[in-house]
Amino acid sequence: MTSLEERARRVRERVLKMGTNPHGVHVGGSLSLAEILTVLYGEVLRVSPGQPDRPDRDWFVLSKGHASAALYAVLAEHGFLDPAELDTYAQAGSRLAGHPLRKLPGVEFPTGSLGHGLSLGLGVALAARRTGGTSRAFVVLGDGELQEGSVWEAAMSAGHEGLDNLVAIVDRNRLQITGGTEQCVSLEPLPDRWRSFGWAVTEVDGHDIDALRATFAAVPATPGRPTVVIANTVKGKGVRLFEDQKKSHAVQLTPRLHQRALASLNAGRTT
Amino acid sequence: MTVTVAEQLPATEDSFADRYAGATRDVYRRTLLDLARRDPLVFCVDTDTGGLETTFGTELPGRYINVGIAEANLMGVSAGLAATGLRPYAHTLSGFAAARACEQLKVDIAGNNLPVRVVVTHGGLSSGHYGPTHHAVDDLAILRTMPNLTIVVPADAAETEQAVLATADLPGPVLIRLGRAATPLVHDTVPEFVPGRAAQLRDGDDVTIVATGPHPVLMALRAHDELAALGISARVLNMHTIKPLDTAALLRAARETAGIVTVEDHLVIGGLGAAVCEVVTQDAPVRVRRIGVPDRFIDRVGDEHDLLVAAGVSTERIVAQGLALAEAQRNDRAPAERHQASRAGSSSRG
Repeated sequence: MTSLEERARRVRERVLKMGTNPHGVHVGGSLSLAEILTVLYGEVLRVSPGQPDRPDRDWFVLSKGHASAALYAVLAEHGFLDPAELDTYAQAGSRLAGHPLRKLPGVEFPTGSLGHGLSLGLGVALAARRTGGTSRAFVVLGDGELQEGSVWEAAMSAGHEGLDNLVAIVDRNRLQITGGTEQCVSLEPLPDRWRSFGWAVTEVDGHDIDALRATFAAVPATPGRPTVVIANTVKGKGVRLFEDQKKSHAVQLTPRLHQRALASLNAGRTT
Repeated sequence: MTVTVAEQLPATEDSFADRYAGATRDVYRRTLLDLARRDPLVFCVDTDTGGLETTFGTELPGRYINVGIAEANLMGVSAGLAATGLRPYAHTLSGFAAARACEQLKVDIAGNNLPVRVVVTHGGLSSGHYGPTHHAVDDLAILRTMPNLTIVVPADAAETEQAVLATADLPGPVLIRLGRAATPLVHDTVPEFVPGRAAQLRDGDDVTIVATGPHPVLMALRAHDELAALGISARVLNMHTIKPLDTAALLRAARETAGIVTVEDHLVIGGLGAAVCEVVTQDAPVRVRRIGVPDRFIDRVGDEHDLLVAAGVSTERIVAQGLALAEAQRNDRAPAERHQASRAGSSSRG
């Protein structure tokens, strides 16, 4: 059994490979999600590639759809996609778009326009609650995405409904296109903001697999409330030249850059 | 004393007019509740519109969800509910569905081809004195661009009921556009409603009037009678389904009559008139006169009918355009008739 650490490394490797296509990839926000998605798919989500539509499954929504490369890599890791298909990323005729398309195995909703995912997860969680189902909804949001007002429509509604089968995960890498989130439109005090909307808030190191494992095992953090996991991450994590760099938002990896990035990844930097 | 909705319903032996008295949205709420009693998958999602909480919400609280004044969330939540296999009916005003929550409706509902029924009120100028923030005269133009979406505009309360029932089992998303205040009944018996098939309310072979929405259809029927008195036979089509459009009925009208007058409580840009032009210009070019709201905001204060007439949507204008089309065709034929006459003349001379 491959360790989750090794799986996360492989996710990064695959994201970098996808970035060699002429259109590049949203590398920074994909690398920051490697451990989060690996732990979710490895140990948390009740999903199976053989029964993608089973009614009691958990639902995963990648609201920050631009990190599709990380999702594809994880779906390939878990048997939803043939890993060979990852080489088609962003190529003409591929199923793997820059933002996830409808009807790709393992993708519940197409996403890409920010601010949609939490409402979708809320609808799924409400459906389970009102029909006596056991499904849970996990929604990964970017931190910059929280500047979309529709996120807070959903947050307010979910808090009001007290849906403890809804989990939001914020990829808190603190960067967006023009720079720091706090320099653009500040999000802090972020935990207080979620708390005031009726959510149970957990903060975690988004690259610490054991901590993520423990955090997700403990949801709902408070019974009767939706849980938000604020995962403190590093944009571009794992590749030194991309880490905490706003320019790592979207990158086309030339052969030389790809080799440098792989070397950095495999040098085993973990902090 | 609490009176249940069922007790308020007139018994079936009551007259048609009694059964369908009131605003289309009142009859709609009753119909939705009837549907929900039979189908446990039916959910009611509300944006605090008022009226659903006391009907659906009171009888079926477990299937009533009020997301508050949050239209974007309404669309996303409804998409989520539908994706799990439920049949949500999502409620807001037409302008808010088409413009404010346009992207969620497009991406999350239409984009996934999910069976959400978005039922909107205040279509067209039915919000009257509320003003242009509440007018929805661009809604059809926006909504028509969304693949998968069936768009229905019932002409009266009876047709509203039938439209709700006839679209209940469609596999994809449906938007049903209702008004606000009560409008007169168009029908005197329960109409057959087939989604996507125009209802021919009057036969005629001189000109065709194609109308959508309560007041436009009523005006079209009055225009039919006035034109008849002037010797013009006007076909009247109630185009209750804007998408998919009944192109066959339109092409027949284009080929069999002198031209088409379109009537709508919507901008002349992008709505019924534009849709009709898109169809006939391609396969059966014919003169089309579009009667609708001109390309400007309506700042006038007034009720629905007053605003429509002030905007140029009136029986009088339909009649004038119908006459103009019939006249234009006579002029088209004139040279040929003169030619035939001269041939006849030369023949007689020969």
